[in-house]
Amino acid sequence: MRVAIVTFPGSNCDYDCYKAAEEVLGAESYYVWHREHDLRSPDVVILPGGFSFGDYLRAGAIARFSPIMREVRAFAESGGPTLGICNGFQILCEAGLLPGALLRNASLQYRSQPVYVRVETTGTMFTSAYAPGQVLQIPIAHGEGNYVAEDAVLERLEAEGRVVFRYVDEHGDATSEANPNGSARNIAGIVNEAGNVLGLMPHPERALDPLLGSVDGRGMFESVARALAGAAR
Amino acid sequence: MSVYTIDVRITPRQGILDPQGKAVANALRSLDFKGVEDVRVGRLVRLRLEAPTPEAASARADAMCRQLLANPVTEDYDIQLLSER
Repeated sequence: MRVAIVTFPGSNCDYDCYKAAEEVLGAESYYVWHREHDLRSPDVVILPGGFSFGDYLRAGAIARFSPIMREVRAFAESGGPTLGICNGFQILCEAGLLPGALLRNASLQYRSQPVYVRVETTGTMFTSAYAPGQVLQIPIAHGEGNYVAEDAVLERLEAEGRVVFRYVDEHGDATSEANPNGSARNIAGIVNEAGNVLGLMPHPERALDPLLGSVDGRGMFESVARALAGAAR
Repeated sequence: MSVYTIDVRITPRQGILDPQGKAVANALRSLDFKGVEDVRVGRLVRLRLEAPTPEAASARADAMCRQLLANPVTEDYDIQLLSER
């Protein structure tokens, strides 16, 4: 399996994603610089977290016009598993590959802490290794994770089962106290209509080893591996 | 061809929560400025743009807003032509 990690000036979770793919999946990881025009035939594309282009103008707004994004769009639109984490989620929204936008946290504070998220659907290629309703502990680290979309869009996401993760408390309840950034309906991650593009604010690549406090992120990578193995059969 | 100075004013869309504006409003109130009903914080982009006519300059600025400068999900914008040289 080949996992392309797209790096922009200001990406800073690229090596975590590289290691995640290499160690959890036993995949061949490699970096693709944003100025390149070729993703080099990946099975999975990851847009990692960070502060691409210093978050100038809006988070993700400038990265979306990088040359490699044309290839990322083509890969995503052809059904390729595409994972945007944190800044990667912001870039996917700016690029229109996912609906909505991520605004400044309601608290105005940068939040770097472990949070709980609930797996809202196991019917995606990113969550099949989890149990329905499973509560995961995964860290967040962002200043702009406040998910917004028009009501009609939110209704559609819910109706189509495209809200994949929701911020909850340790008991699995989606309370407003458990919402670290003010996101609409406690939304932490969504998929596109076809189900192959996932964007989420929490960092699964930072929850892979007991040494780091949680292994709950592994399932996301294992799910993708499982989906690809199934497709190959 | 003339060079036009254009201000693009970008503001959070009505109905979108503006946490920055709220924080500034609270700060103003705590400084005892009375009657602060609401504060919205936006962004100003001043362009110097070469174009054949004022209309062409405005149209170009509008295209820039739609493609990059504003996010239609969360922001409104307006374009003001300030001067021509």
